[in-house]
Amino acid sequence: MIGRHKHCIALADYSRAEILEVLDLAVSMKEVLQRPIKKVPSLRGKSVVNLFFEASTRTRSSFEIAAKVLSADALNWTSSSSSVTKGETLIDTARNLEAMRPDVLVIRHSAGGAPQLVAEHVGCAVVSAGDGAHEHPSQGLLDCFTLREKLGTLEGKTVAIVGDISHSRVARSDIHAMTKLGARVRLCGPPTMIPAGVEALGATVHYGLREAIEGADAVVMLRIQHERIGDPLIPGTREYSKLWGLNAKKAAEWLRPECVILHPGPINRGVELSPEVADGPQSVILDQVQNGVAVRMAILYLLAGGNPAESGEAKA
Amino acid sequence: MAEVLFIEGGRVIDPASGTDGVRTVVVRDGKIAEVAERLERPRDARVFDARGKWVTPGFIDLHVHLREPGQEYKETVATGARAAVAGGFTAVCAMPNTKPVNDNASVTELVLARAAAAGLARVYPVGAISKGSNGEELAEFGELLAAGCVALSDDGRPVLSSALMRRALEYAKAFGLPLTVHEEDLQLVGKGVMHEGAASTRLGLKGIPGAAEDVMVLRDIALAELTGGRLHIAHVSSQGAVRAVRAAKARGLAVTAEVTPHHLALTDEDVAASGYSTDYKMNPPLRSAEDVRACREGLADGTIDAIATDHAPHSAVEKDVEFDAALNGITGLETAFPVCLSLVRAGALPERRLVEALTIGPARAFGLAGGALAGGAPADVAVLDPVAEWTVDPARMYSKSRNTPWKGSRLTGRCVMTIVGGRIVHEEGRTER
Amino acid sequence: MNAQELQRAVKRLAEEIAERARAAGAAPRDVAIVGIRRGGVHLAERIRAELARSLRAEPPLGTLDIALYRDDLSERGAAPIIGPTDIRFPVAGKLIVLVDDVLYTGRTVRAALDELVDFGRPRRVWLAVLVDRGGRELPIAADFVGVRLQVADEDVVEVRLTEGGAPEDAVVVKRRGT
Repeated sequence: MIGRHKHCIALADYSRAEILEVLDLAVSMKEVLQRPIKKVPSLRGKSVVNLFFEASTRTRSSFEIAAKVLSADALNWTSSSSSVTKGETLIDTARNLEAMRPDVLVIRHSAGGAPQLVAEHVGCAVVSAGDGAHEHPSQGLLDCFTLREKLGTLEGKTVAIVGDISHSRVARSDIHAMTKLGARVRLCGPPTMIPAGVEALGATVHYGLREAIEGADAVVMLRIQHERIGDPLIPGTREYSKLWGLNAKKAAEWLRPECVILHPGPINRGVELSPEVADGPQSVILDQVQNGVAVRMAILYLLAGGNPAESGEAKA
Repeated sequence: MAEVLFIEGGRVIDPASGTDGVRTVVVRDGKIAEVAERLERPRDARVFDARGKWVTPGFIDLHVHLREPGQEYKETVATGARAAVAGGFTAVCAMPNTKPVNDNASVTELVLARAAAAGLARVYPVGAISKGSNGEELAEFGELLAAGCVALSDDGRPVLSSALMRRALEYAKAFGLPLTVHEEDLQLVGKGVMHEGAASTRLGLKGIPGAAEDVMVLRDIALAELTGGRLHIAHVSSQGAVRAVRAAKARGLAVTAEVTPHHLALTDEDVAASGYSTDYKMNPPLRSAEDVRACREGLADGTIDAIATDHAPHSAVEKDVEFDAALNGITGLETAFPVCLSLVRAGALPERRLVEALTIGPARAFGLAGGALAGGAPADVAVLDPVAEWTVDPARMYSKSRNTPWKGSRLTGRCVMTIVGGRIVHEEGRTER
Repeated sequence: MNAQELQRAVKRLAEEIAERARAAGAAPRDVAIVGIRRGGVHLAERIRAELARSLRAEPPLGTLDIALYRDDLSERGAAPIIGPTDIRFPVAGKLIVLVDDVLYTGRTVRAALDELVDFGRPRRVWLAVLVDRGGRELPIAADFVGVRLQVADEDVVEVRLTEGGAPEDAVVVKRRGT
């Protein structure tokens, strides 16, 4: 359980305290990753199934490593090897996997709401690894973890999120988590990539990059998906990169020196981020990767941790 | 049927005649014999005690999908007609998007034959505007009219070609048939699955702007003005569409419109609150609170003529899937009255206007018989209990399908008796399932 | 056990450890103290201070949080609060003195041993506890014991130290319902 939650599907439903519960535990988990033997037995005998309907090497690997560091067994079930192409419904697939009695089902799906649909039909804990343009809760949590590590706190900090907000589940999870932790969130991108009514989530909207990132404590640069080009959300990558991409010159002139730069990956070098910035001193992109494992360990640990009804004072 | 039925003590609401008060309705030989305050009744008359109930003309639904022929696993003419009379509807207009499409006399005749065999609600087929409803060639309106169609529609999809729409409006004038149109610009809709706004943004679902409906409504009003054809806007859902229809009527154009109970009662925030429940997915989508307010105002002030359910049954196979993948539509015949009655209780709609929009309003929009309790007319009557509370249990509904957002809800108001042509076709606690 | 008695017990523990370390031929720099969170941490600090005096060298100090090594996660339900494990010295080849406040079932010590060996291969591990209350569920014994208590299964033995916020040091046996 994470607070009241049996599942980790949407940070929109998580309270500040529930978010902090994961982030605090992830500190201890990160310490485990620094040890000579990066393995603890706490989830021995538990199993985690990664059910991926969308290609994703990095998120799947991150969950897989997190499970293995905790000694859980991890099984990967990807769409290419699944029954989806044979016309099996999502609910049937999930029920079939559940018959294998996993403790946690990690699911990525192109349709918003798919993890919730699965959660309504299975008994095990469900973790969303990203659903459509809805949420990517573990990414939102690892971004907050990274910012807490780098900035000390999110309270009173300003975070700019730049890119295709309308198609970004990362942006949504970031907005929910960061605002709950006290940060001010600015959203920036071409107007065609700013979704209707997004201000209602508690963020401000800016079309100009400079106004969005000037004075910010952190900048999250989102990946521009190639299929959006000519969608017709933007005319092309050249103008996008010129107006909304971050290069060394803009970073030097507009960013505070202590501002950190995040990116959920994989980066389109030269489109949203120039190589000098991606690999520069302000970039914390590689920290995000390691923190991702720690945060996912914390999520798996809390959700695979058994039944609260059996809770009692243990002797030890 | 030689029997005489006295419906006594009920509050008769008949907007067509302006009657609203306690009256006795006498049904004899399948017709309304009399509606009067005090009547001597013969000893052998059957009496229905309607005290505390409303007695209204049978409801007329301009927009239902009965799925037969072709998709009988969702609904048949018989099960749909059964659901209709359970909801107080004595006549329904069956949309042509069956398999095959009702674009010729043989399909029309099949629907009518099934309806006659069921002997429940009157079923008025709606013929297709274009062959196969594929928006390319006009269907044969003369044949459809002769076979029994009362209107024309490519419902389920818009008539995308402005030129075809123009010719359809013109050609239909020869037959006096109204065109009832599903208005959405498919390019603006794109892959949208719900109303575009803060709720779709939060859910990460692709949005459909209200403007996708507005631009088509405005186009068709312009074409109706050009041609003088009879235009009926199906399931109005956006504030822009309401404004456009209001302006068209003010200019004296022959434009009418309908709105569904769900577009009057639910918003896009209900989609969010439901947690991606596909029972909240329909087309047009549930819109913003402002749109709902505009639809209610449009219904109250007469801009919108009729309440139509857009009863769209689907099986679990089509609904127990991802929101993106689910088919559009919900059932509506058995919940329409209580859902709309909630608007009356909320002060959004006068009682008389509610009954009007379910009876004489739709009758006039399509030029159908009925919708009034006039002496000598076929006795199509609904008796309604406006205070009865009940819980919506899909397993106990008459429709073959269970896709309703009111699953498990407590609703107030239900139909206790329905009479079609003088025959009691539904009586609460009496008729067999 | 009152503050004075507790003080004496800690001192005696340290003396015994120093003596046995000398007898085993361990050089002072080869000895390290590791407290098991949370009860063993402050005790380990005290023992180290005493040891530093007798060995004339300050042995390195570490802490272990055994939460991730527990074998009862699924029975406990709500996850325990996990604190940091902090071992900043090489474990390999060391004489490690594991310190805990109360020895009971032995499961904590079992988990601590598992965790410790994941940091390296110590030459030898000793266990020092302030209170041995019996009730072992595993074949584990302490090398150094401050005091042995006979208490019923349902009783709770608490070691209260001023570092942990107690007004004064004490060992208290709480009977169930009191």
